[in-house]
Amino acid sequence: MSAAIQECVIISGKGGTGKTSVTASFAVLAAGRAVLADCDVDAADLHLVLTPKMITKADFKSGNEAVIRSEACTGCGTCVELCRFEAIRCVRRPDGKTRCEVDPIACEGCGVCVRFCPGKAVDFPERLCGEWMFSETRCGPMVHARLSTAAENSGKLVATVRQEARRVAEERGLPLIITDGPPGIGCPVIASVSGADRVLVVTEPTVSGEHDLERVLKLARHFVIPAFVCINKWDINPEMTERIEQTARKMGATVAGRIRYDRAVTSAQRAEQAVVEIDAPSAEDVRAVWRQMGFE
Amino acid sequence: MGTGRNRMIIAVASGKGGTGKTTVAANLARVRGDVTLLDCDVEEPNVHLFISGEPQGEPEVVSLLVPEVDESRCDGCAACSNFCAFKALAVLDKRVLVFAEMCHGCGGCARVCPQGAIREVPKRVGVVETMGAGGVTVVQGRLDVGVAMAPPLVRAVKAHIPKTGDAILDAPPGTSCPVVATLRETDFVVLVTEPTPFGLNDLKLAVEVVRELGLPFGVVVNRADSSDDRVTTYCREASIPILAEIPDDRRVAEAYSRGELMVDALPEYRPLFEQLYTDIVRLLQNPLIAGVARASCPCFMGGTPMPRGALQGPHC
Repeated sequence: MSAAIQECVIISGKGGTGKTSVTASFAVLAAGRAVLADCDVDAADLHLVLTPKMITKADFKSGNEAVIRSEACTGCGTCVELCRFEAIRCVRRPDGKTRCEVDPIACEGCGVCVRFCPGKAVDFPERLCGEWMFSETRCGPMVHARLSTAAENSGKLVATVRQEARRVAEERGLPLIITDGPPGIGCPVIASVSGADRVLVVTEPTVSGEHDLERVLKLARHFVIPAFVCINKWDINPEMTERIEQTARKMGATVAGRIRYDRAVTSAQRAEQAVVEIDAPSAEDVRAVWRQMGFE
Repeated sequence: MGTGRNRMIIAVASGKGGTGKTTVAANLARVRGDVTLLDCDVEEPNVHLFISGEPQGEPEVVSLLVPEVDESRCDGCAACSNFCAFKALAVLDKRVLVFAEMCHGCGGCARVCPQGAIREVPKRVGVVETMGAGGVTVVQGRLDVGVAMAPPLVRAVKAHIPKTGDAILDAPPGTSCPVVATLRETDFVVLVTEPTPFGLNDLKLAVEVVRELGLPFGVVVNRADSSDDRVTTYCREASIPILAEIPDDRRVAEAYSRGELMVDALPEYRPLFEQLYTDIVRLLQNPLIAGVARASCPCFMGGTPMPRGALQGPHC
């Protein structure tokens, strides 16, 4: 019954505010009831704490990439003119002939050059964009992924991870999906939150944290997802914490709590433990946020 | 592409978010003075919170060309939707639906339409704002909330890189398209990390990206303390220069939280950033030690990186 599954996505706007540390603690608190998903596919870190044992792995192929067959290219330059992504350039070869070449990193795989090359010299093979894994952890099943270096389509890889996490939850009758989201507000974030039941925004009491929180809360509102906010390292700047909490409430979010600045968070990370698994002062704060989220 | 002679384009990046990219970029710009600082983290631009200045002119609206279908001409043949690689067009009951938020703006649909029923119209994705702050010109992109596609806006920000004079680019976190769009055709990349397992893991991913792009680079370790030497060990073993270490200093975190630049709030850090700039210039003049490596490119032959300009492939 997919309707009964609750999906909570932890995001931040600004990077490095403690999303993954909070997610790892939530995973421990939800152990046995949740599927874990790491949707920060271009810089995944959750596996460093949950140390998953991989069960299966699959290639993630998405889209195509233009490849010019040098022997068929006449160097006419039509492709260079048509490409909107500055991905093709003409190179003069040592033999004096001009040939066009695609920069695979800049190519977005639109297929315009493939279609309009007068010499039909452009191939369009499928593109390998990464891989996704299904694993077991001490807290339960986990779906995670790795985007290929400098690859496209992170949004689609995120969608794949979420879809697999949901499938596992249905299969095992688990009521929760806890998802570590990416920073920012763009494509992979939109792919991570759309259709989720709630988001938790982890922010910090800094001018950047405040600025980025407003943008990410607007995004949550845009997609009509109930938003919760918690402030990590709140005691670095208590005044700013107050201000951010007011802003969050004004924007319709629920303030789920404050987490104190705690060096033990880094020690926990180094020991491959979640904060709530060690005797850290901030563990109590994280548990309180979890209770506020209403999952107990 | 910059030659490093009459101008230098430095990008500040990191795999992991929150390691101090903006701190390094903004403080470097402040100590350098006469420089253009471009905030390419268009999803969450933060540079202006630390270096603000007088707006120069009106914000430039950046748009992407997306299809608009003239229904009087369209016969529902679906040539456009069949062509679109991004599923931005669909045909239902002989009517074309446009999903502009999926569109990459390639223009293919308008070209393939046999009826000439598609024209391209601009769809706003964000703005580029320019500010003058003392000697520093700040250019920032700001993606509209709800827009997925950051790279076109990153390219619009980079169009403001001056023809002469140095530029510093603050990159977004991660390793995917917006980061690649930022780093392409820069002269040097500063990767900022922190001495934690997350920092190290994401640094390795970022190193793969800059190596793929064939760019010279070095590392700045932020919040450095003596309790974890895995980042420094990794850099030593991978022959990556560590350009600077910014100590783990609570005063730095507090100044940052208030939006104060480190070199203004704590002037004792000024020499660190001056030295960093000098070291980058020095490394650019001697790229043999800057970790340039792109296996598929002629500039990287037999495991020995060639000097810049000696034998340049299309990606060098």
